[in-house]
Amino acid sequence: MFSNRYIFIYTAVMVAAVAVLLALASTLLRPMQQRNEETATMQELLKAAGKNVERDVAIDMYNRTVTAEWRVDRQGNIVAKYDNAGGDWKQVQGDAGIKRAFDCNLKAELEKAAAHEADASASDALFPVFVCNGGDTYIVPLQGKGLWGAIWGYIALGKDFNTVEGATFNHKGETPGLGAEIASEPFQRHFIGKKLFDENGNFTSITVQKGGADKYPGDVSHAVDAVSGGTITSNGVTAMLKDCLAYYVPFFKKMQSESVQASVEDTENNK
Amino acid sequence: MSQENAKTAEASVPFWKEMFSSKNMKLLTRPFGADNPVTVQVLGICSALAVTAKLQPALVMAISVTVVTAFSNLIISLLRNTIPPRIRIIVQLVVIAALVIVVDQILKAVAYEVSKQLSVFVGLIITNCILMGRLEAFAMANKPWPSFLDGLGNGIGYGMILVILAFFREIIGSGTLLGYRVIPQSFYEAGYSNNGLFILPPMALILLGIIIWIQRSRNKDLIEKEK
Repeated sequence: MFSNRYIFIYTAVMVAAVAVLLALASTLLRPMQQRNEETATMQELLKAAGKNVERDVAIDMYNRTVTAEWRVDRQGNIVAKYDNAGGDWKQVQGDAGIKRAFDCNLKAELEKAAAHEADASASDALFPVFVCNGGDTYIVPLQGKGLWGAIWGYIALGKDFNTVEGATFNHKGETPGLGAEIASEPFQRHFIGKKLFDENGNFTSITVQKGGADKYPGDVSHAVDAVSGGTITSNGVTAMLKDCLAYYVPFFKKMQSESVQASVEDTENNK
Repeated sequence: MSQENAKTAEASVPFWKEMFSSKNMKLLTRPFGADNPVTVQVLGICSALAVTAKLQPALVMAISVTVVTAFSNLIISLLRNTIPPRIRIIVQLVVIAALVIVVDQILKAVAYEVSKQLSVFVGLIITNCILMGRLEAFAMANKPWPSFLDGLGNGIGYGMILVILAFFREIIGSGTLLGYRVIPQSFYEAGYSNNGLFILPPMALILLGIIIWIQRSRNKDLIEKEK
């Protein structure tokens, strides 16, 4: 028979050996896994910009599509800028400590912002913006809660910072066939052409309307059809859009007025 | 055959013939048919229903389970004389869990898309009854090589059923195989449409029932005697 002493030593040795093995496997495979995760993020981002690409070309396509990455604060100032020089990202503005938009953790920034919800100037949250094709399209990441876990997405806005050019959503573990449908193409297609601001320039966001966009009390351009059977997930998408985009509103407004000014200057120059 | 005869036979035949003797080969091939872990022992049903909507994840799952059963059988068999009986289940579980985590990590590194589709089901290989069943019933009492073959056989036996299920579910449910369209567009234009029921797990259970039915009607030995 085996003594207690033997059993204790046996388990200790076994656990130590397994721990070493697993630690080794994790460390060795980590770089490859990280690259896979990054590529998947790039694919989602590109899909929002209307480019559905395979995994193997995603990095290449990302570097060709996204020409700059910005970080903006809650007053709408661009605090840091990174420019893309053929896949080589160089910081051209801001503190060296500020990370690229691609590398920043949106969840952490949202938490920072939520801590100073009322006072925008006290918050040091910096939100990421992806500039595509030299300023034709701007992509903003989203992060929120579904029914079972996290949901996230990307929304691509046109030059007017109002019209949606594309949106992608993904989820951690929503119910397949119901809430999980937010990750499907038909749901996401509804967002194209929708508007974030009403005619008076007030931020209205986009509502995922239960029972169909027609039921939305306001203008239909601010609503999309909800996923049937996925009401809580749909509401999660609405809340995510509203909460995340609200922090960008000052930035959107600033950019809108700048582009108006620019066009005024253009017309004046043309005279 | 007496013990002594067996020993002389062992000495006279080359080791590779011994390794692939008909007795050992039976260990490998029995789980394909008469001793199939899914259709006869009715183990591993949960994952057989969950990952077989498409052929590719089913294939990856089949390979993963085969690797884990084969190597956990081998490792436990190598250790079998050192394992204290009182903690044997824990030791088995640790070996299985370690292997499954390694497989999961490798999948995340080299087959990211598939690992995302399989999601929790790779981790749940740990709780697949086939594994613990083979370790308890076979590896704890047999030499490493037969144990390895037994694990391999059971893994392949499980994988076979998965692939058969996934083949029919993908072709009828999605009209594709491994993601490639096999049902021509003209069929759809003529009014054919994919059967959505095949995408859902209940249809997998019905298909599995049909497979068991066919197998039992061909092999009467599998039918329980009426009392």
